[in-house]
Amino acid sequence: MYLPKTKMARREAIEGLLFILPWLVGYLIFRLGPLLASFYLSFTNYGGTGTPKWIGVGNYGYMFSEDPRFWDSVRSTLTFVVGFLPLSLVIGLGIALLMNQKVRGILLFRGIYYLPAVTTGVAVALLWQFVFHKQYGVLSGILGWFGVPQIGWLVDPNVVMYAFILMALWGIGGTMIVYLAGLQAIPSELYEAATIDGANSLQRFWTVTLPLLTPVIFFNLVTGLIAAFQIFENAYIMTGGGPNYATYFFGLNIYFTAFRSLRFGYASTIAYILFVLIAALTLFVMGTSRRWVYYAGEKE
Amino acid sequence: MARQQSAPVTKTASQAPRWEMGVSQHRLVGAFATYFMLVIGAVILMIPFFWMLSTSLKTLDEVNTWPITWIPSEWIWQNYIDVFQRIPFARFLMNSIMLATGGIVGSIISCSLPGFGFARLRFPGRSFLFFVMLTTLMMPAWVVIVPHFMMFNTIGWLDTFLPIVVPSFFGNAFYIFLFRQYFLGIPKELEDAARVDGCSTFRIFWQIFLPMSLPVIATVAVFAFFYYWNDLLYPLVYFRSQHNFPVSLGMRMFQTAEFNVIHYPRMMAAALMSLIPCILVFSFAQRLFIQGVVITGVEK
Repeated sequence: MYLPKTKMARREAIEGLLFILPWLVGYLIFRLGPLLASFYLSFTNYGGTGTPKWIGVGNYGYMFSEDPRFWDSVRSTLTFVVGFLPLSLVIGLGIALLMNQKVRGILLFRGIYYLPAVTTGVAVALLWQFVFHKQYGVLSGILGWFGVPQIGWLVDPNVVMYAFILMALWGIGGTMIVYLAGLQAIPSELYEAATIDGANSLQRFWTVTLPLLTPVIFFNLVTGLIAAFQIFENAYIMTGGGPNYATYFFGLNIYFTAFRSLRFGYASTIAYILFVLIAALTLFVMGTSRRWVYYAGEKE
Repeated sequence: MARQQSAPVTKTASQAPRWEMGVSQHRLVGAFATYFMLVIGAVILMIPFFWMLSTSLKTLDEVNTWPITWIPSEWIWQNYIDVFQRIPFARFLMNSIMLATGGIVGSIISCSLPGFGFARLRFPGRSFLFFVMLTTLMMPAWVVIVPHFMMFNTIGWLDTFLPIVVPSFFGNAFYIFLFRQYFLGIPKELEDAARVDGCSTFRIFWQIFLPMSLPVIATVAVFAFFYYWNDLLYPLVYFRSQHNFPVSLGMRMFQTAEFNVIHYPRMMAAALMSLIPCILVFSFAQRLFIQGVVITGVEK
């Protein structure tokens, strides 16, 4: 560890700590403290008044063996992540490749594609609620042209997840814009060299574009993973977790358990499992990154 | 880097003599295909926005018809006025503005300082603390929300703006990261020269680094604006009284049915109005957004 030796270095060290103080205090009060507190709470029964009652691993036992709602959350959240994430990574890249062409008006297109990614929240969830309306929604209207019967996008437990994936893909611009930045950072000499070696455009994509893009794919994968596991607002607004708990994502489960049923102890248990799940998957992906992510200047 | 708009693929295409079509012809077909796909995608992405606008101007009767209509037969601007008369929408807007302003100011102050500390000052444990900070990025809000609620309940802050605005003054990992990356790129000579002249570290930060950092300040402001404007979860958890509701929370009042019908035109009018500030900020600050994404996604 760095140890300041001279008087000036010591002064700098003190100043450095003062500069990061806002964050450091915030970390202790709003992150680390609550993290430990909710770990403790996860072993208790607590209704918001009095003192939490220690019940050991009772909450964990109940969650795994007796609570069907917990498994609803596991199923719905994993289904959403597995259904949405790969599609977003592939389609996002496809759109970014199109955007990387030198055609007129590309900035306008970039704006149009990126806009849905930044307009989030209740307004958009309300909007999609009506887009998905079974009788009078625009989706039913468009599908009607092709003779598709009306689908209860948000009321049929078998299709509701498709609705959520479709809606999430609408915001694919965020993934796309990161890819685009990655594509534009690839030096054009590499393409020229590959062309001279006789590579066609498909070969250039496989041997130049894709390997050099792996850090960006990695970034999109990790951030996408963390975000997708925390899906809440859209389900809270559009379905409230239904129909028949098909969209009872972790976020909804924790929110309802804590702030509707006032079971703060048990809500902390579920939240902790979500945290561990996200952390484990993130670390796993990071662990595999050495094998498939290419960092310029690291090897050879 | 982001300005490097050249598209390597098309550039190299002109150097490949083996293609059967003439170079210009090939390019024309390629550009046309690109355009075609981009236009189709853009139209699809814009349909929900169009649907929102169209619905907001319809009568309730026209909304509840099949087949759906795209253009309102009669334009009912009254729906927009109704939004303000049916719910205290102006109050909600005001609350959102106040929350966003507080959040933006807090974020800029509390993130630029640690960003400078992490980028420019040496102190023991710097890289460890920086790593700790980055790990909070994958910590779901869910795992700390119950302790936060209990904490703010204990000190009597529930149903005030404080639980949302005060934490913004204690740093945010993502924004600190943005500031740090930006400060890292400012040449050391400037700092050294100022030191020789006897400038204190804080003055160097305040009078040299901050004025040079307007792009990253703006980027953080834009991100923070979108975050605080759209946030639903914290207002949902902390606010009880209607007069504190921000737009995100208040708009939900239109989800309640009157006489068994949800008034979608008014709901869409409210949603559209709440999105207008976002769309405006986005169209003026698109480049800043993209810059922020580029810094995080591509530069590691």
